[in-house]
Order: sequence, then C-alpha cells, then structure tokens
Amino acid sequence: MVAKRSADINAARTIALSVPDPELPFLTLEDLGIVRNVSIDGDTIVAKLTPTYIGCPAVSVIEKDVFDALTKAGFNARVIRVDSPAWTTDWITDTGRQKLKDNGISPPETKSTSPLAAKNTIALFSQRTVACPHCDSTNTEKLSEFGSTPCKAQYRCLHCREPFDHFKCH
Amino acid sequence: MNPALLHSVVQIADDHLILGHRMSEWCGHAPMLEEDLSMPNMALDMIGQARTLYTYAATIENQGRTEDDFAYLRNDREYLNCLLVERPNGDFAHTMLRQLYFAAYMHPFWEAMHKSTDNTLQALSFKAVKEIAYHIRHCGEWIVRLGDGTDESHERINNAVSALHPYTAELFEVDEQRLAGIELGIFPAQAQLRQVWDKTIDQIFHQAKIKVPRTDFNQSGGRKGLHTEDFGLLLSQLQYLQRAYPGSTW
Ligand SMILES: [Zn+2]
Repeated sequence: MVAKRSADINAARTIALSVPDPELPFLTLEDLGIVRNVSIDGDTIVAKLTPTYIGCPAVSVIEKDVFDALTKAGFNARVIRVDSPAWTTDWITDTGRQKLKDNGISPPETKSTSPLAAKNTIALFSQRTVACPHCDSTNTEKLSEFGSTPCKAQYRCLHCREPFDHFKCH
Repeated sequence: MNPALLHSVVQIADDHLILGHRMSEWCGHAPMLEEDLSMPNMALDMIGQARTLYTYAATIENQGRTEDDFAYLRNDREYLNCLLVERPNGDFAHTMLRQLYFAAYMHPFWEAMHKSTDNTLQALSFKAVKEIAYHIRHCGEWIVRLGDGTDESHERINNAVSALHPYTAELFEVDEQRLAGIELGIFPAQAQLRQVWDKTIDQIFHQAKIKVPRTDFNQSGGRKGLHTEDFGLLLSQLQYLQRAYPGSTW
C-alpha cells in the first residue's frame, strides 16, 4: 500500500503504539513511552523508537515487532532507532504504571519523587521507599538490584511476605 | 575519517566487550541465584555499550566493517583494551573488585561526556551513566561486605586488591590519539577522572576497612595491543564460532 494521507499516518501510529512489549506483554509501546514519532517519507511509514536499555535484548525484538505489524497492515515500513534524548522511566504513562501494579510489579518512582534517582546516586546501601504492589505496604526490603530482565530489581514485602519485582527508576 | 577518534573509540569499545565477556563467564557459576542474575546483567550492559561503540567505530572508519567484524575478526594485537578488564575472574572478590575499579572510572567518564562535542558519544553517555551507577553500587556494596565480613572474606578481598590494583593506572593513560580527542573537547581530561576515581575508591575501601595500596610498579600495554597470556585464551573462546564457521549468524 502506498501511504500518503494523514489517515494512513494515524492508522500506522495506532498500530505502532499498540504493539505489546515482548517481556511485559500487558504493556504496549504507548504505555512504555518509546514511540517518538510516526511519519511518512515518500510512500513509506517511518516509526522512530527510543531503546530502553542499551544491552536489552528486547530492543531489537520490539523494532522487528513494529516493522512486522506495519507490514502486516499493508504499509511499506521503516523503523529507526533514536538514541537521543535517552529514554527514562518517567516516559511510562500513568496507564502503564497502573498496569504494572495490577500485574504485581511495583512501578518506578518518577524523577520528581525520587531524589536518589535524579542524581544517579552511587551512595552504597542507599534505601528507597518501594511500595508492595499487592498490599501497598512500604515495609519492604531489596533482595537484589538485578532481576529477570535489565529493568527490574527484586524486593520482598515484610508485611504480606510476598516477593515482587520493582521496575527500576532509570 | 578521524583516525585518532577511531583509535580511542575502539579502545573504549574493547574495554567493554572484554569485561562483558569475562563477566558472562560467571553465568551459571555464581555463588547464589541473585548473583547469577546480576553478573550476566552487568555483562549485558557492557556488551550493549560495546555494540554501540563498535557500530560507531565502523561508521568513523567507513570501510564496510560491522560491529561483528570488530568484535570477532581481529587479531590479539589489534585489541586495545586495558589489561585490567582481561584479568581472569579469579574468585568472586576479584570479579567484584575488577568491576568496581572499571565502573568507578567509567561513571565520571560518561558524566563528563554529557558535554562532549561528539554527538554520538554524547547520546550514549546519558544511558551508559545510569547503567554504570548500578555497577558501582552493586560491586561497592560487595566490597564492603567482604572487607568488613569474616576473616576469610577480608583476606580474599585484600588478595584481590594486591593482584588488581597495579592494573588500574592504565585506565588513566593518555596516548597521542586520546590527547587529540581531549583537545577537540570530545573526551574529558584524564586527571579530572582520576580525582573522582580516587575519591570513590577511598570512600568504599574506608567503609570496607581495607587499605588503598601504594603501587610503585604499574602494569600496562593493553592500550597498545600488548596483552597478557590469559587474553589469548579469552579470544579463542570469544572468537571460536566466527573462526570455525565464518559468517554464521542467528
Ligand atoms: Zn505486601
């Protein structure tokens, strides 16, 4: 299909925004805030995406998923990686944060609520207040800075005793 | 094409690839599950940054080489990583200390690169600095636990310090190519990074109740392509697939 009208761009944008994240499939790329721009270049839809983590294996999967979704909808598509400005977890939407919590993952603090994250602090043994996604208690402890994917840390709730993942502020 | 810039970018890329490879050797061998997750995660950060840097090196060179050609298809003398990152993993204390030494250097480096006159490196710096901050915290906390732990853990971290400290001075070396980059405002002055590094290491060692050693003799050579015996063994594993099955992909 030769895309040329604004209706095509809108349709393509909706398709790109609704592609699910491969590791957290209940989140869309819109929720994650990684779709920078969808535009048209000649007869080709150009989707610009910001990678989350540099070494995250999901980044190339996401790019391929967007390309496939656009192609499947009949568009000539091109996906471009935009490195600057760097993605931050502040770009995760409120809907995205709620979905994380609903799925048992405590959402990242925002820069404005987390003085630690704002300064990229390297102070050792620093504690941040992370609320349990199950019972909302803030009586929690960190088990590990690293988890099952680069974006998550492991915590345990000392109130309801459930372990949970925390999406790291980045 | 700017050959001096290419040289410096390859040095930094090689540091990350080789350290990432070393860290990945721990996968499945860590002393506990949390560390079995953390070390491959740090390896992933290192290798991810190496990929961006190699891709940029290929762009600067403009000879049709790819990131994979740089990573897999050079001979040992063409790798320009510092010797610190190729030191074998040793015990857990050695691995944590090696990572801390490197991260304590890269954190102020990437912070300073926010003001670099090079757009590609500047863009990378904003992501890399966040990743490397985790490495300092995670490894620094382990240095404190080990140093201020049992007699055995204290002895092990002290042995690691004795073995690895002589390799840290090379991080701050300035060759003529780097000097050209510093003068163009691409890279920060090394003396400025040394100050921050000293402060970070002093603080963590103080908390860990270990002494910062004075080393009169420093090891160096990697930046010029002169490596240790262990490096050949590392490369034979790193390059095995591409050497045995040239051009293979998946
Ligand atoms: Zn709870």
